[in-house]
Amino acid sequence: MTAQLEIRGVSKSFGGVQAVSRVSFDVQQGEILSIIGPNGAGKTTLLNCISSVFHPETGAIVLDGRETTRLAPPRVAALGVARTFQNIALFRGMTVVDNLMLGRHIHMKNGVFRSMLYWGPGRREEVAHRQVVEDIIDFLEIEAIRKRPVGSLPYGLQKRVELGRALALHPKVLLLDEPMGGTNHEEKEDMARFILDVNDEWGTTIILIEHDMGVVMDISQRVIVLDLGAKIAEGTPAEVKATPQVIKAYLGTKATV
Amino acid sequence: MINRECGVYQTTYEGDMALYPLPLARYSTLAVVVVLALLPLVLDSHMMSLANLMLLASIGAIGLNILVGYTGQVSLGHGAFMMVGSYTAALVTVRLGLPFWLGLPAGGAVAALVGAFFGIPSLRIKGLYLAIATLAGQFIIEWVINHSPWISGGVQSTIYVPTPTFLGWNINNEYRRYFMVLPVAIVAYVAAMNLVRSRVGRAFIAVRDRDVAAEIIGVDIFHYKLLAFAVSSFYAGMAGALWTYYLKIANYEHFTLATSVSYLAMIIIGGLGSVLGSVFGAVFITLLPIVLVYVVEGGAALFGFKYAAIADFLANLRLIIFGGLIILFLAIEPEGLFRMWGNVKRYFRLWPYSY
Ligand SMILES: Nc1ncnc2c1ncn2[C@@H]1O[C@H](COP(=O)(O)OP(=O)(O)OP(=O)(O)O)[C@@H](O)[C@H]1O
Ligand SMILES: [Mg+2]
Repeated sequence: MTAQLEIRGVSKSFGGVQAVSRVSFDVQQGEILSIIGPNGAGKTTLLNCISSVFHPETGAIVLDGRETTRLAPPRVAALGVARTFQNIALFRGMTVVDNLMLGRHIHMKNGVFRSMLYWGPGRREEVAHRQVVEDIIDFLEIEAIRKRPVGSLPYGLQKRVELGRALALHPKVLLLDEPMGGTNHEEKEDMARFILDVNDEWGTTIILIEHDMGVVMDISQRVIVLDLGAKIAEGTPAEVKATPQVIKAYLGTKATV
Repeated sequence: MINRECGVYQTTYEGDMALYPLPLARYSTLAVVVVLALLPLVLDSHMMSLANLMLLASIGAIGLNILVGYTGQVSLGHGAFMMVGSYTAALVTVRLGLPFWLGLPAGGAVAALVGAFFGIPSLRIKGLYLAIATLAGQFIIEWVINHSPWISGGVQSTIYVPTPTFLGWNINNEYRRYFMVLPVAIVAYVAAMNLVRSRVGRAFIAVRDRDVAAEIIGVDIFHYKLLAFAVSSFYAGMAGALWTYYLKIANYEHFTLATSVSYLAMIIIGGLGSVLGSVFGAVFITLLPIVLVYVVEGGAALFGFKYAAIADFLANLRLIIFGGLIILFLAIEPEGLFRMWGNVKRYFRLWPYSY
């Protein structure tokens, strides 16, 4: 079985800081893979390389047999990679519906003339994609806030809306950067349930960065551990937990595990 | 428009997505159009000329707001893009004998091309630096038009055009000109309202608000920045072309840097990122000098000055008030008159129980 996403020897540095160094791993279609590691380990940087926000200095990223390493971010999005951000990057002044409609951008065709006319095919396309967006709104149980400007929503709900925007792209690979960071216990449980449901219903491949070890061990099939930019372990949650280097570098610092 | 949405429920997405989803809003919008169409029955020629100036300014302001307010790209070259439209219309009329209703889109199209070209720096620079780059564009366009006799007609860079006609009618007074300008303004307004609520408009706003996030969801920033420059300049070109037919003359002095600045003032005062606000701003800036003249004349009469003695002072006062208003609005009400209008609407939404 060939992997859906291959990370081959990817390195990225900022000035003197080697944020990611020679990291390689495969991601299988339909799996939930978690990336863990202490603060500054390079997890976010790795996601940024996958979605082409940064281009790595060495190595390659291959999606469905096609190299995406040097493509511009919109091209990578069009090939089926969607993501959320650690610090939330929604369009704060726009409503929930409009944010999700922007998630449909790559699947729509309306150009400037059809948009201005808003009649016939142009209008039909808007309505059809609004329907898709409403299905996602139902799925995420955010009907009540669909017309609210995103900036006015509490943090936990914003995280959920950002997941909704990523889902609106109907991605093959979904990258989630700490979707539960800074949310309360209940919101964490909801988010975990949504992630499992997305994976279950659509078979979406999910790469998850998360600090909450309980959640990571519960929902992921495999775990990658980064430390100081390098991969120090890979395997099932049980295997990773038993690796001495991991206990030393990361888990050892948390008394609860 | 003033309307209240209580008690109205939308049952389809089409209904929910309509430009004016509430019945009352649709009626009041229709009423505005009817009033506009009937205006010539009650206004004298001087008032009609004011109405025409406001409509012309509205078209240009809506265009600039699409670029600055919605897409977040500052431009000090709007006047020059109007100039391109104005001379294009004059040339196709004089040289090719095209009617005004073909000269208008021609002016828009050429201005759109030129605007997209001068928008290229926006790929690399933003904010103040982009303002300076577009300022350079303003001067370059002005210089090129002035120094190309083939474009500007040589003598004082002025081209005279014959009175425009439509189906045998000479458009030769303020009332008839009103019916040349009004339909264009209405189409420009509705097209802009549609644009900003659909795919392209959302992409513009995404580019303005967070470019990294926009790229990540598949919005090609390069494409949409240039498109915004093109659309905005198309509006500017149409407005410039209308000026040509309105004044029966194309002259660069109507489209200098001062013009660019006054259009920026319109959208800042009217409300950045609001189509209706652009119209408010255009009306406001068109009326401002006229009201000023009345006020100063009145003051002069009161204190026994000769009006001629203060004409200079008046010209300067206008600029001072312009600048003051821009600063005031940026500081106190960045969303401009449109926001104030929104506050009035909100007050009346639950009226008379508005506590
Ligand atoms: N844009 C940037 N410019 C400079 N340095 C950066 C940049 N992004 C990340 N870094 C540096 O790269 C290293 C890895 O950062 P990264 O954000 O990838 O870590 P992380 O594993 O996501 O950490 P956290 O758990 O805190 O989110 C850090 O030392 C960080 O300071
Ligand atoms: Mg991070």
